[in-house]
Formats: sequence, C-alpha cells, structure tokens
Amino acid sequence: MIEWFSYVQIAIAVLAGVFCLVVGFTGRTPNDFTLGSTALVEVLLVIQFVVALLSPAFGNTASGDVLEFYVYAVSALLLPAAAVFWALIDRTKWSTVILGVACLAIAVMVYRMNAIWLVQGV
Amino acid sequence: MPSTSASEPGPASARRPRIAGIGRVLVVIYAILALGAFGRSLVQILQQFDEAPLAYTLSAVSAAVYIVATVALVARGAVWYRVAWVTISFEMLGVLVVGTLSVVAPELFAHASVWSYYGVGYLFIPLVLPVLGMLWLSKNRPVVAR
Repeated sequence: MIEWFSYVQIAIAVLAGVFCLVVGFTGRTPNDFTLGSTALVEVLLVIQFVVALLSPAFGNTASGDVLEFYVYAVSALLLPAAAVFWALIDRTKWSTVILGVACLAIAVMVYRMNAIWLVQGV
Repeated sequence: MPSTSASEPGPASARRPRIAGIGRVLVVIYAILALGAFGRSLVQILQQFDEAPLAYTLSAVSAAVYIVATVALVARGAVWYRVAWVTISFEMLGVLVVGTLSVVAPELFAHASVWSYYGVGYLFIPLVLPVLGMLWLSKNRPVVAR
C-alpha cells in the first residue's frame, strides 16, 4: 500500500459516505451522483488492491499480517459493489442511505488495512 | 384453478411484509458486521488459535450468530421472526457478558473479539445494533392475516 494514496482514499470514502447519507435522508432515490461517488470509492479500492499485489515486488512489503490484510481487502472490494447492485434493484431513498453506510464502512476498513500494512511490527 | 397471484397475502397465515424502509439499512449494517466478524474469526482461528482458544471460539460463534440474525431479519414468517429475536437477544447478552469479562478477567478475553470491551474495535456498533434490532422487531411484528 502507498500511504498518501490510502489517506486520499479514506478522505474520498468519508466524503462520499456523508454525501450519500445526506442525499438519502433528504428523500432521494439513488441517482448518478450518489451511485457515481460509490463507484469512485470502488475504483480506488481496485487500484489499491493492484498496488498491494504489486508492491512487494518493489520492496514495499506489509509489516503486519498478510492474510488479515487480504481478508479486509477482498471484503472491501465486495461492499460498494453489493451496495450499488442493491441500489439498482431497490429504488428507494433507503438505498441511497445504504450507499453512504457502505462508503463509511470502506473508510474504516481502509484505515485498518493501512494500519496492518504500515504500522505493525515497526 | 384459482388464479391468486403469489404476491397476495395468503389467508390465515402469519406473515410479515417484506422488510422495508429503514429496516433495510439495519440489515445492511448487520451484514457488514457479520462479514467483519467472520473475516476476523477466520484469520484468528487459522493463525493463532492456541493463543486464546476461548476468545477465538467465541469470535467464530458470534460471527455465526450475526450471519443467522442477518438472514432472520430478511426472511419472512413467524418462525424467522422468533429466530431474529433469539439471535439478537444472544448478541445483546454476548456483548454485555463478554464486554464485562474482558474488563474484569482480561487474561481470558484480552485477545480481540467482536464483543471484547463492549465492541470498541467495531466503534461500539455491536453494543448499539442489538438495541436498534430489538426496537425494529417490536415495531414490526408479523401480521396475522384474518
């Protein structure tokens, strides 16, 4: 993982999460903006996943438990995708709230992944 | 053959409308917690089960209970309603008992589980969620059709 990229990722996930929660609680069904911001969070996760796969080859190895890291990484990849899928089927305002919850959960998970990769064993 | 569509409520059966509204958000949070608890217990049991067998067994049990609770909240019918009550009550009891034990007898529960220290590793969501679940269940009883 690349540290600054993780922080950008966490910031965007928090912003997207709060944005979707606010839009959801004002009673809007999922739209291009809320689905788009969740999709952006997912794209960043895919990039981070590829970075994590490649970085040991460039001498940037995880300081913590690799298995635990990948359990988080794979779960994180599933979440926004599942939330977007849900939002496409269930066109209610609660789906927009769910997009927000998923994005906030991603922020927490990336924070944990970051800690596993960078902080442990230092 | 009578042409009743499947979506109409059947007579004389206890049913519950398909989960709707804010209940769906509750289900999603339960699902995320179930996923988190499952992932963590998997890692713990595969790698360091001998360090704290009790805490890690409990981790696995709690993960299973969260998964069943998630399903029970979604599934319809009076039986699943009861299953939801049992599993959510078990979670409430678990977080209170294990949370207290982790403070009183840390040598048993110092290793992280979902319920250690009242779920602090999960932003206290395990402590709050059963309460929300119970509130939701008591407001949404299965409707007995006449």
